[in-house]
Amino acid sequence: MWNKRREEEPPKPISQGIVPAPAPPAPNAVEVKKEATPMSSMPVRTFEPESRGAATIGKSVKVVGQIFAKEDLYVDGAVEGTVEALEHKLTIGPHGTVHAGIKAREVLALGSIQGNVEATERIEIRKDAKLMGDIRTARIVIEDGAYFKGSIDIIRPEPAKVAPKPPAPAPAPAAAVPVVAAAPDIKR
Amino acid sequence: MPFPGPLKNFMRGSRGGQPAGEKSANAAGRPVSQQPGGAQKFTTTTRPSRGIEEFFNSIRDQSGLTILDLGSASQQNVSFITNLGHRLYAEDFLRLLNESFGPDDLAAQSNSGSIDYFLRQALDYPEGHFDGVLIWDVLEYLAPALLAAVVERLMKIARPKGYMLAFFHSDDKLESVPFYTFRIQDMNSLQVAQTSTRKPAQLFNNRSLERLFGRAESVKFFLTRDRLREVIVKV
Repeated sequence: MWNKRREEEPPKPISQGIVPAPAPPAPNAVEVKKEATPMSSMPVRTFEPESRGAATIGKSVKVVGQIFAKEDLYVDGAVEGTVEALEHKLTIGPHGTVHAGIKAREVLALGSIQGNVEATERIEIRKDAKLMGDIRTARIVIEDGAYFKGSIDIIRPEPAKVAPKPPAPAPAPAAAVPVVAAAPDIKR
Repeated sequence: MPFPGPLKNFMRGSRGGQPAGEKSANAAGRPVSQQPGGAQKFTTTTRPSRGIEEFFNSIRDQSGLTILDLGSASQQNVSFITNLGHRLYAEDFLRLLNESFGPDDLAAQSNSGSIDYFLRQALDYPEGHFDGVLIWDVLEYLAPALLAAVVERLMKIARPKGYMLAFFHSDDKLESVPFYTFRIQDMNSLQVAQTSTRKPAQLFNNRSLERLFGRAESVKFFLTRDRLREVIVKV
């Protein structure tokens, strides 16, 4: 009797932007489980290539030479030579293998780097990444499981230069006169 | 199964069985977290370390020193050492050891060609390059021939009057010892995470350690409650 009455009820409209409240417990336990499964409060941490707005070297691409980037760069292929993205972020993707000296504002390593890295702001070496080379950076993050061989130099940001003090006002000419005038007096 | 090493009293304290009024496991090591999964469960503990205290006291008033960490790079150690104004070199010594000789292959560790290759891979630095070396417990896993070569190289790449910190298990009957990663918590305490167990190549007592570092200016021992012998070697 109860089941029949429920079937007759029209589905409730769900207003836009409002998350529907969880369904009341149904007599059938299997159905409850199905509805509960997709919900997860824990965000799954996956790496998404930040290719939006960034130049990309795909995983089937190999570059030998010098790369100068004036935008963010995502390398998932192979690079030999040098990579410079002085004011931008360089990401070495999980398939990326870079045999190069690197200079960038920010470096995110998920793949393999062999070479010295200078990251003016920060470098992050993720789990499973491999970096062999010397690092110079202001800030470093190394996840457990990352392989690193080399040295780490932390660059301390230079304090803002203080404007030079204006030169002291020149002594009044009147004060200088007696000294000049006194010399002949001493000679006498 | 009881944990060996610093964790041996941990389960007693956390899961009952310890009589009320007794001191908890904190004396040997304060459990911080427990990683679930797998047949064996490994934990992280924080405990005081006279060795680390002595090591950093000896270089306390200096900055810009060059420190070598043989326990691979971890965020905590990197942050701690670089925040003191030092330059850190990191080597994943045991990973290189496994790659060069295979795990627990002690016979291969006696081959002079392999030893030379390994030293070029792991410790190829100029003479007197380091002011301090954090060796941790890696020397325990080396066969005598390789051990002698590694210690000789370490003594060479550390500058005279430099310091080295090494750990050795003090129980000479252990079949396998807990394999730790060491994270510097602060000036006088360490976070110790057991990641597995491993069979040591040899175990040491004070006498054998003095012989091992015979060329050093001084060798100082600190015996901890968790059966680790912390050794400060002044080159």
